[in-house]
Amino acid sequence: KEMRLLELARLTGHTERAWCVAWHPQGNILASCSSDKTIRLWRREGEQWICSIKLEDGHERTIRQLSWSRDGVFLAAASFDGTTSIWKRDGAGYDCVATLEGHENEVKSVAWDPSGSYLATCGRDKTVWIWDVETEGEYECAAVLHGHSQDVKMVKWHPSRPILFSCSYDDTIKLWAQVGDDWACIDTLLGHESTVWALDFFSDGFSFVSCSADQTLRFWQCPQTPGVVVRDADMKFSNVRTLSGFHPRCIFTCSVSSHSGAVATGGEDDAIRIFAQLPEHDGQIGLVATQEKAHAFDVNSVAWNPAVPNVIASCGDDRIVKIWQVV
Amino acid sequence: ASQMADDFINPTPIVREVDRQGRRAARSLQEALEDEDAPIDAEEIFELIRDIKDPEHPYSLEELNVVQAADVSVVDARDGLSSISVVFTPTVPHCSMSTLIGLCIRVKLLRSLPPRFKLSVTVAPGSHSSELALNKQLNDKERVAAALDNGNLINVVNECLTALQAPAHG
Repeated sequence: KEMRLLELARLTGHTERAWCVAWHPQGNILASCSSDKTIRLWRREGEQWICSIKLEDGHERTIRQLSWSRDGVFLAAASFDGTTSIWKRDGAGYDCVATLEGHENEVKSVAWDPSGSYLATCGRDKTVWIWDVETEGEYECAAVLHGHSQDVKMVKWHPSRPILFSCSYDDTIKLWAQVGDDWACIDTLLGHESTVWALDFFSDGFSFVSCSADQTLRFWQCPQTPGVVVRDADMKFSNVRTLSGFHPRCIFTCSVSSHSGAVATGGEDDAIRIFAQLPEHDGQIGLVATQEKAHAFDVNSVAWNPAVPNVIASCGDDRIVKIWQVV
Repeated sequence: ASQMADDFINPTPIVREVDRQGRRAARSLQEALEDEDAPIDAEEIFELIRDIKDPEHPYSLEELNVVQAADVSVVDARDGLSSISVVFTPTVPHCSMSTLIGLCIRVKLLRSLPPRFKLSVTVAPGSHSSELALNKQLNDKERVAAALDNGNLINVVNECLTALQAPAHG
């Protein structure tokens, strides 16, 4: 059945390109960040969405990406100024409780692991850093991982295991896990023919989707045998399906709905697209909705609401943050 | 000026004579952007970039044959995706200034045009020893954005964009 996107809210305030939107785990707060060096927190008040908090003075350059801890207490922000800031909810506001330094230059992505034990960052210096989250407000660098040959665009933790996934300008995706006492690269996934911009997991943790400047979406799967437990270091993903020909330019962002398994994508063609399993094609995944000109210019980030089904947030080079209902 | 000739990447570039008198009486960029009937054309885009100064010589990119009108293409689709492609030709195949030249072209276009234009800035096929790497870097929006909020680099770019802004006519 045909689906379409209904614009619920059009949120203005950022004064430069908006790079990332991230939903609070409870789905009631949306965070966004921008080249204007601010983080904005948006929440619903009656029928309106309003900017309830603006976090300034945390960074000296572009804030590139945001990540909420699973308990929703902490928000981490990665910046081109080479640092990562950690914000903690305190009553109605947020305080910057830590600034992580170490990367040589731009930090491009930050991710909390599901247990709240680790934080990961990556950047233009081609490295991936794992941070141990110790007592409140203390972050100890546990590993500086070399392996990518170019800048690392995004880090994302597996939804239930301590395995970190990183995607890079070197066209690869790498998997990192603890081998003995040390963190090490346990697999490198080849396939994309240009920069891999982002990836996201299906909730079973045995499949994920990645998107790239090569204008394709790739679906990756780890085989499962009933009754056999797969150890972390044995997770081997292979490219089981590639979708091309939908976005005519770079695909910058992809998000998987934890409710329906539908994949939302956005990119340089200003459009948001939704892909889902098509019953008429034996459950193969295909395009089910397109919102052309979702933003006036590039779409930089899309994110499904984790708590409210069929709601998507997006942001773009037009400085606007939007909330959509998929109907 | 005190730099020894040996320090140049290309110490003896071929400079072509440019007829600055012969330029067409163009409508202003603003007029062009608003003109529903006659979209922006390649010549108008070329007009924006021809006087960018080469980073190491006191000549324009046009005078050094780094950019030519024929290597600019434009799709100005008001209701679809508008795009601009500029292909430039470094004077020598190992030119380490190529990234900077490409960045200057991109910044000039970014500043002059509304962001609905999707920009592609690449080196001519076969013109540079690191062609693929260069093209990838020049067209990665995150790298370009990071370069543009780097104060030192943007000063160098600005110097190339303004040095020849008022060419001596005749």
